[in-house]
Amino acid sequence: MMKKIHVSDITQAVESLCIEANIVLGEDIRRSLREAIPKEDRALSKEVLKKLLENADIAYEEQIPICQDTGLAVVFVELGQEVYIEGGSLTEAIQRGVSQGYTRGYLRASAVADPIDRQNTGDNTPAVIHYDVQPGDRLTLTVAPKGFGSENMSALKMLTPADGLAGVERFVIETVRAAGPNPCPPLVVGVGVGGTMEKAALLAKYALTRDLGLPHGNPFWADEEQKLLTALNALGIGPAGLGGRTTALAVHIETYATHIAGLPVAVNIGCHVTRHRSATL
Amino acid sequence: MEFHLTTPLTDMNIRALSMGDTVLLSGLLYTARDAAHKRILAMLEAGETPPFPFDGQVVYYAGPSPAAPGRVIGSIGPTTSGRMDPYAPALMETGLRCMIGKGARNDAVREAIRKANGVYFVAIGGAAALMSRCVAAVRMVAFPELGAEAVRALTVVNFPVIVGIDSYGRDIYKP
Repeated sequence: MMKKIHVSDITQAVESLCIEANIVLGEDIRRSLREAIPKEDRALSKEVLKKLLENADIAYEEQIPICQDTGLAVVFVELGQEVYIEGGSLTEAIQRGVSQGYTRGYLRASAVADPIDRQNTGDNTPAVIHYDVQPGDRLTLTVAPKGFGSENMSALKMLTPADGLAGVERFVIETVRAAGPNPCPPLVVGVGVGGTMEKAALLAKYALTRDLGLPHGNPFWADEEQKLLTALNALGIGPAGLGGRTTALAVHIETYATHIAGLPVAVNIGCHVTRHRSATL
Repeated sequence: MEFHLTTPLTDMNIRALSMGDTVLLSGLLYTARDAAHKRILAMLEAGETPPFPFDGQVVYYAGPSPAAPGRVIGSIGPTTSGRMDPYAPALMETGLRCMIGKGARNDAVREAIRKANGVYFVAIGGAAALMSRCVAAVRMVAFPELGAEAVRALTVVNFPVIVGIDSYGRDIYKP
């Protein structure tokens, strides 16, 4: 028995997710910013964190974006194989939802159609859509708008098996150190380890959609997340890059099987406005 | 130290500022980011007059989100300044001296700031809703077809910034 979902419901859901994700800062990030204030020694570092919380309050009260960079819209789709999409194309329904969300929500149009010609498309489409087909009859949509101040500081490296865990740690730390103040710290750092080149990048992006405070399911990697977080916060980059103890709020690692010859590692840097909103139809 | 300054900034205003000082800016700020910088540089190379006066004026590396009905402007925080590093020294040779953005500048920009008696202000990245409250009026100045990347004149009141690089070349990111 197939479950029918009409494209108009998908468009409506995506539109709402785009607007909510950009205007309402997640409670997980708010909590993390609040908890960071007493850990800072300097008045300036504390002040920056307070301003970020105040900014989130203003965005909510006035229903305006938390950050003017409302991102390129990244959409993760988990499609149950028992779902029948009626009324048209799933991809077009998602793109229409992004267009409506960014237009009706007064979100910034930051997409250019060609990376060299650079004409703005005017409605922030096309979104970057990732599909995953799963058992069941549910459709889950996650909209994760990605600002490019942080996206630009992300990096990928094909390590070799001999580089091992120490090589992974070095690469994550060096990437964050090189990013310095640019990606709007405190950061959420998504790390993808394993797979192929594109799989590692996708894992790193997906890692940014995990709520802060939820550790990796495997205790080895959960420990590694904490170890890396401690190492990153020892870099001294601090809130807004003006120095301090809070360079990152969280490190999220996602892993996948890989080849006997390889150890791909991707680091996707998220700013303190690492946004994501999900809905299940 | 904390300063209240009104644009355009004078030589004395700029000389008095030290790296790390907080400043509340009032007056006009001109927005310009990647695409506008590319166009302004092309205009200068063609011997044309830039779309706004440079001397003492403040360029804000920013592209706002659209204003909802009844609002002056949408959210407007700084973008990453480093992307404007390839353009900034040439603009400073033509009289630009004051910039607002976020993040580090390269050695060439730091040196250009020192030579020109300029200043680079840092605004808190991502505090864009908060900063929108400081904007009292907006006027389109040039390149409206660039959308968020157009040059706009913002009338601001007590717009909060920190001195990132002062006129002596001292850099908050290079302690």
